[in-house]
Amino acid sequence: MNRKLVQKIVFTILFFVTLIVIIPVILILSIIIKEGYSAITLEFLTSMPKDGMRSGGILPAIIGTFSIVICAISVTLPIGVLCAIYLNEYAKDNLLTRIIKLAIVNLAGVPSVVYGLFGLGLFVIFLNFGVSILAGALTLSIMELPCIITTSRGALNSVPQSFREASLSLGVSKWQTIRYIVLPNALPGIMTGAILSISRIAGETAPILFTAAAFYVPHLPKSIFDQVMALPYHLYIISTQIPNMPKNLIYGTALTLLIIVFSMNLFAIFIRSYFRKRKKW
Amino acid sequence: MKKIVDFAIEKLIFIAGLVAIIFVVLIFFFLLKGSLTFFKEYNFFDFIAGRYWYPTSTPPKFGILSLIVGSLFVTLGASLIAIPIGIMAAFYIAEVAPPSIKDFLKSGIELLASIPSVVIGFIGMTTLVPLVRTLFNLPTGLTSFTGSLMLAFMAMPTIVSISEDAIRAVPWQYKEGALALGATKWQTMYRIVLPAALPGIFAAVMLGIGRVIGETMAVMMITGNAANIPESIFQPVRTMTATIAAEMGETVKGSIHYHALFAIGLVLFVITFIINFIADTFLNRSKK
Repeated sequence: MNRKLVQKIVFTILFFVTLIVIIPVILILSIIIKEGYSAITLEFLTSMPKDGMRSGGILPAIIGTFSIVICAISVTLPIGVLCAIYLNEYAKDNLLTRIIKLAIVNLAGVPSVVYGLFGLGLFVIFLNFGVSILAGALTLSIMELPCIITTSRGALNSVPQSFREASLSLGVSKWQTIRYIVLPNALPGIMTGAILSISRIAGETAPILFTAAAFYVPHLPKSIFDQVMALPYHLYIISTQIPNMPKNLIYGTALTLLIIVFSMNLFAIFIRSYFRKRKKW
Repeated sequence: MKKIVDFAIEKLIFIAGLVAIIFVVLIFFFLLKGSLTFFKEYNFFDFIAGRYWYPTSTPPKFGILSLIVGSLFVTLGASLIAIPIGIMAAFYIAEVAPPSIKDFLKSGIELLASIPSVVIGFIGMTTLVPLVRTLFNLPTGLTSFTGSLMLAFMAMPTIVSISEDAIRAVPWQYKEGALALGATKWQTMYRIVLPAALPGIFAAVMLGIGRVIGETMAVMMITGNAANIPESIFQPVRTMTATIAAEMGETVKGSIHYHALFAIGLVLFVITFIINFIADTFLNRSKK
C-alpha cells in the first residue's frame, strides 16, 4: 500500500512539473495574441513604416523575410537532399561516414551568431556580396543543412528495402531506382522537413544581423544584392532601440512573425498526417 | 549516355555528401583567419584571462574573462533549472501521461521549440524583467537570473524530446521483467528505466547546454549587457554571444576590435564543438 502511495505522490509531482514547462507557452501565446491582434490590420501588413517606425506598417519586413526564406531554402534543400541520399543510399559504414555524421552534429550545434560571423567573413567580405539578401540567405542555408539532411535521411530510410530490391532486380540502375522509386516515396517526409526548416529560417535573427538585415530601408528590395528589413530583426529593433515605440505595434509585429512560423508548422503537421494515412506499407 | 549521366550524378551526390565536412572546416578556417590577425597584435593570455573588455578606449582592452564568466553564470543557472524539470517532464510524457494528454503536451513542447528567440526575448523584457525587479527589489530586472530563467525555458524542448526518445528506447523486456517481479511502475522507472536511459539523457542535457551557450538574441535582450564579473546572480551580465551580436554592427571592418569579435567567435565554436562531440559520443553509446 505504501509503495502505491509513493508512486501516486511521485506521479502527481511529475504532472505538475510538466505543467511548469507547458503553462508559460500558453501564457506567452495568449499575451501576444491579446496585445497584438488589434494592431494587425490590412494597412499594417501592406504599408511602409512611418515616423521613424512608430506608425505605419511592416510590409518591407515581411517582404524581406519572405525573400530571404525563399532564397535560403532553394539553396539548402537540393544540397541537403543530395547529401542525405549519399548517406542513406551510398555511404558505407566507414571512417568517412563517421566523420560526415560528426560534422553534421557539430554544424547543428554551432551558435547562430557564429554563423553570422562566418557569413560576414565569407559571403559579405570575401566573396564581396555585400550586406544583402544573397549573403543572408546563404548563411541561413548552411545553418539549416543539418536539419534538412537529418529529416530527409529519415524519410529515405523509411522507404522499405524491398522497393529498392524489386527495382534493381528488373535491371534498373542504382541512380534510376533512387530517382523513380525511392525519392517519390520519401517526398512527403522531405517536404515536411523543408517546411519546418522554412519556419526556423523565418524566425532567425542572429545570422542575418551582419549579413542581410537593415535597420530601415525606404523601398522594397529590387534584387538579391539589396539590404532588406526582416521581421525578426525589425522586432528586435523596435523593442530595444526605438524610444516611445507604441506597444501594440511591437506586439503586432511579434504576432505576425508567430503566425507565419506557426502556420508553416501546422502545414508541415498536416502534410505528415495526410501522407501517413495514405501510406500503403 | 545513360551511364554517363548516372556516373555524373553519383559523383555529384558524393560531393554533396561531403558538404557538412566542408562547411565545418570553412567555418573554422574563417574564424581562425579573423582571430589570427587579432592574436598578432594582442596577447592570447591577456585575451582569455583579462578582466576588462574596453574595446573603444585608448589603448583598447580585450579581456574576455568577464564575458566567459557571464556566459557561464547564465548557462549554469539555466542548466540547474532546466535539467531536473526537463528530465522529469520527459519521464511524465514517456511513461506516465495518458495518450490524449501526451499528445497535448508534445504539441505544446513543439510549439515552444518553434517560437523564435527574438520573440522569447521580447516577452521576457515585457513580463519577466519587471517581475524579477519588483519581486527581489532590485535596481534593474535585467540580470543573469532573468536570463537563466528564460534560457532554461528555451532549452526545455531539446532536453525533453531527446530524453523522451532515450526513455522510450529502453527495451520493453526490461520493464516487463521488473513489473513481473512485483515492482511498481515508479520503482521500475526509477531503478530500471532511468539507469538504462542515462547515456541518452546525458546527451540530451549536453545538447541543451550547447543550445543555451549559443543562444544570442534573447540573452542580449534580457541580461543587461554589463561587461563586469558579477558578484551575484541578481546583477547584469554580458555573454560572449551578446557581445558579438551587439558590437559587430558598430565596429569598423578590419579594425582590431572587429578581429577580436572573431576571436570570441572562435572560442564559442570550440566550446560548442566539444560539447556536441561529447553529446554525440553518448548518443551513439545509447543507441547500442
